[in-house]
Amino acid sequence: MFGSKQMKPSILPAQHRCTVKETEDNCEFEEFEGTPLYAALLTYLSYGVLCIFGWLRDFLRQSYIEKKKGALDPNAKLNFVPLYQSYESFYTRNMYTRVRDIFNRPVGSVASSEFDLVERISDDYNWTYRYTGNTIRAINFGSYNYLGFAEKDGQCAMAAINSIKSNGTALCSTRSELGTQRYHNELETLLAEYLRVESCIAFGMGFATNALNIPAIASKGDLILSDKLNHVSLILGVRMSGAKSQTFAHNDMDDLEQKLHNAIVYGQPGHHRPWRKIFIIVEGIYSMEGSICRLPLLVQLKKKYKAYLYLDEAHSIGSMGKNGRGIVDYYNMDPNDIDILMGTFTKSFGSSGGYIAGKKDLIDHLRIHSHANYYASSMSAPVVYQILSSLHILMGRDGTKDGMRRIQQLADNTRYFRKKLVDMGFIVYGNKNSPIVPMMIYMPARVTRFNREMLARGIAVVTVGFPATKLVEARVRFCISASHTREMLDKALSAIDEVGDTISLRYSKRYEHRRLKDLK
Amino acid sequence: MLLSLISTIDTEGLATDFYGLLQSFYHAPMYHIVLEILLFFSVMWLLFFRKPHPIEKKLTEKEKQELIDEWQPEPLVPAVDPNHPALNVRVLDGPVGKHITIDNEESLNFATLNFLNFVGNERIQNKSIQAVQKYGVGSCGPRGFYGTIDIHLELEERLARFLGCEEGIIYSYGFSTIASIIPAYSKRNDVIFVDEGVHYAIQKGIEASRSHIKWFKHNDLNDLERLLIEQENLDKKNMKKARATRRFLIVEGLYMNYGDLCPLPRMVELKYKYKYRIFIDESVSFGTIGQTGRGITEYYNIDRHQIDLISSTLEYAVGSIGGFAVGSSFVIDHQRLSAQGYCFSASLPPLLAAAAIEALNIMEENSDLFETLMYKSKQLHNKLIAIKGYVIQGDYLSPLKHLRLPDEFNTIGRLESIVHFAQTKHITITVARYLQDEHVLPQPSVRLILNVDMSEEEMDFLCAVLQEALVVTM
Repeated sequence: MFGSKQMKPSILPAQHRCTVKETEDNCEFEEFEGTPLYAALLTYLSYGVLCIFGWLRDFLRQSYIEKKKGALDPNAKLNFVPLYQSYESFYTRNMYTRVRDIFNRPVGSVASSEFDLVERISDDYNWTYRYTGNTIRAINFGSYNYLGFAEKDGQCAMAAINSIKSNGTALCSTRSELGTQRYHNELETLLAEYLRVESCIAFGMGFATNALNIPAIASKGDLILSDKLNHVSLILGVRMSGAKSQTFAHNDMDDLEQKLHNAIVYGQPGHHRPWRKIFIIVEGIYSMEGSICRLPLLVQLKKKYKAYLYLDEAHSIGSMGKNGRGIVDYYNMDPNDIDILMGTFTKSFGSSGGYIAGKKDLIDHLRIHSHANYYASSMSAPVVYQILSSLHILMGRDGTKDGMRRIQQLADNTRYFRKKLVDMGFIVYGNKNSPIVPMMIYMPARVTRFNREMLARGIAVVTVGFPATKLVEARVRFCISASHTREMLDKALSAIDEVGDTISLRYSKRYEHRRLKDLK
Repeated sequence: MLLSLISTIDTEGLATDFYGLLQSFYHAPMYHIVLEILLFFSVMWLLFFRKPHPIEKKLTEKEKQELIDEWQPEPLVPAVDPNHPALNVRVLDGPVGKHITIDNEESLNFATLNFLNFVGNERIQNKSIQAVQKYGVGSCGPRGFYGTIDIHLELEERLARFLGCEEGIIYSYGFSTIASIIPAYSKRNDVIFVDEGVHYAIQKGIEASRSHIKWFKHNDLNDLERLLIEQENLDKKNMKKARATRRFLIVEGLYMNYGDLCPLPRMVELKYKYKYRIFIDESVSFGTIGQTGRGITEYYNIDRHQIDLISSTLEYAVGSIGGFAVGSSFVIDHQRLSAQGYCFSASLPPLLAAAAIEALNIMEENSDLFETLMYKSKQLHNKLIAIKGYVIQGDYLSPLKHLRLPDEFNTIGRLESIVHFAQTKHITITVARYLQDEHVLPQPSVRLILNVDMSEEEMDFLCAVLQEALVVTM
């Protein structure tokens, strides 16, 4: 009844996975085409070759045939224990440094649909860089700017500028002491209204929202069931809480039900006393897979087994749902069914920070027990005013239809882009409505080349490999924005078409391989 | 009966001595020997190698369903006290400078940590506004994926240059700075020597690292040496393990919970004797201590190359948001791939980085700010100890002091009423708030912060109000 297949262990290439109803109309339809065998084999071979060369170069460096580049420990000669394990830095020295130029690219302008990248050149294979002073104009498919609120002029920027004039940039105090300003309360009230919940609390950093608040909610004697692909901040929060945790296979509701069932029947391991509370932690959109959580089934399960549901909508708030209210809106469900709603302001609101929303008791409890409320500085005024004005726009309170237009534009862009990619024969993961579009590349050399070739054609993309993803599942991840115009999407598609042809990225066996010009 | 049975057995064929036993062994059929050997091994296995399985009662489906129906979880959160101070905070309006506005009434601010009064500074505000006009508000991504703005690189370079170190790295949240740095270096088998009085973010950092923690009494060097000697003895017993165990010492420059300086020179000497690395958290001492505000290393005249890492926050003296760390490239560069709060979090909004750069400019141009701050701190200290009836904790140089009532009179209730009284007289002070699960929960206190722009008259006014408050509340 709960569908999808179990995940195979990670060393084998992934098999084809699909949710039960294969019709394209189903809003839950997601596809993860299996890794082709030859791609997996070649990927392992590539890493093998890289390792061999890594050992060779390390040997040459140890024997002083090759000069050691990179910084040296000032305390090395004084018999201090080495600060890093040699295997930790093996990867950094021999694999990461070769391709370092595709990461951490400095940006010299606002991160909207087009931006200026600061040009940097390396004369020694990425050990050091020099800045030429030029900039490269590129279309931005890497920043999280789903609704296009990363703007340097317009209503939101003006609100931020005015708030700097009237409130300054910092508060130098915590929320529990003297860091609470009127605008913090305004933000929390407005956000609670937007999400249609009782109450809400906001923090200055999205990562810290998870890491510092899960310990305030869960503690020793509780059980946390978290999805295998949860974000690092959730994993850290779970670890710091002291509760026992188990992972269930990604989006696999059968596995989750099994674990819930066993948890209640058998209790805590060892002494078998019953668990005090059981939490299920999932994300709205998983940022590396593009998949969305199966919310209706989750709510059904949580009601059946009396567990508490924690939903992390970092990427989905603002970008999913016909009113932009997140996954809950996408599935047309009641937000009161979810016990703890969490989200961030970085992605869809063009600001920074995070929030937790739910019933008033929960939020009051967090105000009293959250680490962030007691020890971390409160949010800065321009950051809060950016969120307030973007919320006003989304809710239509500025008197225009701009909010709805952005949400609609994002949905259209997403569907158009995904359809074209799939029709061309590339393997694309995830839900058809998710604005995160991961496209599989597999081999490390192709990943690097794809990134560099795309930049040469004026498109900035984000490519990720091991260890952010599994060893054989390196991919490129496009982030669609409401500010992308049809021309920009077409330009990107033609670049992908060209590069995809040059380095043979059309892996799909389920869809025909076609060139862009052959598509209708 | 038994005897007669035995006597009927033919005894001739039986072995009755050792030679006979050996003979019978040679003559026994093969299957017999094999069977005996198997029996021997079975007995051995049963005795020594079988793990005892507890006899588990198998539950029927009906019983399982009953268990599920009967189980009741605890409520999501326990009952909340509506009068808790965290739910009834004072709400401010406008910038928190020397004066703040609460409920349309202005008062003198001795409570927020803006030591150098940079909040509301025109130059900083103009630079932030320019940054918004160029970059927008948010940076829309983590550092690895187009979240690195050129202004971040500039700030990192400026901070490193300000403190004379090779490289700097910035974080988007002050709390997460040291809480992410510690687990990036110290792992499960390493040893951390840490002062008992460190603030909460450091406590969370060392908890996340899962290392062996050795707490030493606050600022007690003898206790630290005792722990170091203990560790040395342990090392001698297992040299191989000792060569793979990293050691760290984590202290603060100026302790937030105590207001006193750490005895750094001796700690640096011990570093070279016992081979540990020093991380100093200068959240409070950066921009407040030292001739030019460069922190405790400047105050004690210690070469910064001897300190492995100096971390601080940009949220107090510098008047922005975020945190940073500086040190040698060898140490700092590691965080770019291993510190969770850096790699997996969105980067600092550019306008706040611009504010920090401008604050650094002002700090470099007006180095007499710090002399003034230290002088006024000494002045305030002298005035405060002159009030009878309070116990002052904190170094005389420190702009952060803790005020307490003597002995058993020191309760949160009384301190809150002092704070409340002061607010009616237009002085804003605050009780220091802590969570209950601090490692060493400090005694209740009022945390007094000195702003560099406070005049002597204002300090006198503060002392007069505090004096009056004593009379009213006791």
